[in-house]
Amino acid sequence: MSFVQNFPFFSIILSLLCAVISFFLGARWAKRLTLFLLTSSIVLQSCILSFCFRNHISYAYMMGHYSAPWGNEIAAGILEPLFALLFAVVMLCSVLGGMHRMEQDVFPGKQNFYWIMVDLAHVSLMALCYTNDIFTGYVFIEICTIASCALLSIRESGRSLLAAVRYMIFALVGSGLFLIGVIFTYSVTGQLLFPQLYEAIGKLWAAGTYRFSMTVAIGLMVVGLAIKSGMFPFHFWMPDTYGRATPASSGILSGVVSKGYIFLLIKIIYRVIGIDIFTASGVQTLLLLFGIAGMIVGSVSAIFAKRLTTMVAFSSVAQIGYIYMGLGMGTQAALVAVFFQIFSHALTKPMLFLSAFQLSHASGGRQDFHSLHGAGHRHPVAGCTFTVGALSMVGIPIFAGFIPKLYFATSAFGLGWKTWPVLAALAISTILNVMYFLYTTILIWIPEEEGTHAHIRVKPQAGTVFPAVLLAGFNLLVGLQSAGLTTLFTQGMDLFCQ
Amino acid sequence: MTALLTYCTNLFNNYEEVVAVILFSIGFCILLFSRNLIKKVVGLDIMDTGVFLLLASRGYIEGRSVPIIVDGVTSMENYINPIPAGLVLTGIVVSVSVSALMLSLTVRIYRTYRTLDVDALYMMMSVSKGGKR
Repeated sequence: MSFVQNFPFFSIILSLLCAVISFFLGARWAKRLTLFLLTSSIVLQSCILSFCFRNHISYAYMMGHYSAPWGNEIAAGILEPLFALLFAVVMLCSVLGGMHRMEQDVFPGKQNFYWIMVDLAHVSLMALCYTNDIFTGYVFIEICTIASCALLSIRESGRSLLAAVRYMIFALVGSGLFLIGVIFTYSVTGQLLFPQLYEAIGKLWAAGTYRFSMTVAIGLMVVGLAIKSGMFPFHFWMPDTYGRATPASSGILSGVVSKGYIFLLIKIIYRVIGIDIFTASGVQTLLLLFGIAGMIVGSVSAIFAKRLTTMVAFSSVAQIGYIYMGLGMGTQAALVAVFFQIFSHALTKPMLFLSAFQLSHASGGRQDFHSLHGAGHRHPVAGCTFTVGALSMVGIPIFAGFIPKLYFATSAFGLGWKTWPVLAALAISTILNVMYFLYTTILIWIPEEEGTHAHIRVKPQAGTVFPAVLLAGFNLLVGLQSAGLTTLFTQGMDLFCQ
Repeated sequence: MTALLTYCTNLFNNYEEVVAVILFSIGFCILLFSRNLIKKVVGLDIMDTGVFLLLASRGYIEGRSVPIIVDGVTSMENYINPIPAGLVLTGIVVSVSVSALMLSLTVRIYRTYRTLDVDALYMMMSVSKGGKR
């Protein structure tokens, strides 16, 4: 066994250690420790990714001294470290970009808690990526919920507290339903590890026994994770959660936390339930319909939003809708599109939040569209990164957002009755995206002749704008060089779905 | 009539599950529909209790004893399934931390707004709504 194969475990245990040590440190050292953790996590994930890609292997790693049916396992192939790498990069960029603002938003004596929560969010995301055990998945879902709720509520404002309570209630209903799904699955199969579950569920389904129980269990697990990641009818917590947190938290929550749940859901669909049984259970079609509804409703709500960050948050509902639509389509080609969508959204949304907060800073701290008039001239760098993000969300070629839309459209053909709803939803959603994102982009670039904020000129600070620029660079890279990622995704899927 | 009787007997034989479902529904309704934040936390705990009862009853096998080896008896036939118990313990730890977090949020909300009524809180929110952050 190669030494690199220990790295998934190292990245999990390192973040736990950092969280514990940060508890005894002051804010300054806790910050340095977290930045060290995120950087080293990027290095670790890159090593695992290159190891698995070069050798084209996926492996299960035994945790503790008990072997398969009783013990706990983590598993890594190509997709797991790839998404872990994405999460670590986006988290690092979000905290770097929002650090300055966070120091104003959070009471000085509590800042080291903020860094502890970033460490805990990191550990739970790594565990959600790598775990091979469904109950461990549940535990880390809860840790992720607690960490993200703390990241949200640590801001000293009443609205963010209320947003945190609302988020928490939705998240707890979600994890409760997921846990019941896990218990049902355990009751009928007696297994908790993914490979054994896959085998047992396959046998049960083939024998025709417990089909109803399995369908209910699948439904509960999917609904639980869908509530937590903000699928359409359960998206009410999203606008306040993303719109009211401090920018670093908004970036982490919208960019990576919801994607962590979705990645776990993809793992459950493909490695626990099996795509054939998932299709036969009928839950897949529901995901498609709710995904399409989310794409439309999210965009319509964004058009009527009165604050900039609320608008960006509502657009997340639409983007999550794309992901669920892709999962509802159920083909391998659609899954590649889903992965691209996760990538493009995770890279774009934190950038949009960071630049939106800087634009509002350049408009006297106000977020209404009237005050934002000409904000791009007052803070040109933030204006540019916001424009890149907006164009990517709309789906203009050369930006990352174009690739998933193209792949969704091409994979829609040959799906029977699903083809037309998917194509129509893509078209309508794109038009709606144009309506609010391009409107905002044009608004921030129209110079303001006379007004309250016309005299403001913000001198961009390198530390604050650099992460957003970096994310914009990644965005363009994904948009221009998608062939490499497509290879990684297809090879990863061969290992993932075997 | 016979079908109904079998149905009732089944319900009676699986009374743990029935109680679990009732507890879960009570907790779920309180969590979603109660206006008081403290009651919501209580509802959450009742909901979790229902889930844990369901999980714990999965591992119990009638006539067998606790899985602690006494007098050198190691045969699997003598003991109940310990895994659900382990899962319940983990679940309880998770549930306690979540309740603690919810209660601390509730305390901070009460200090800021002097009320625990969700409707009143949202009313205050909509009054203070505007362009300001």
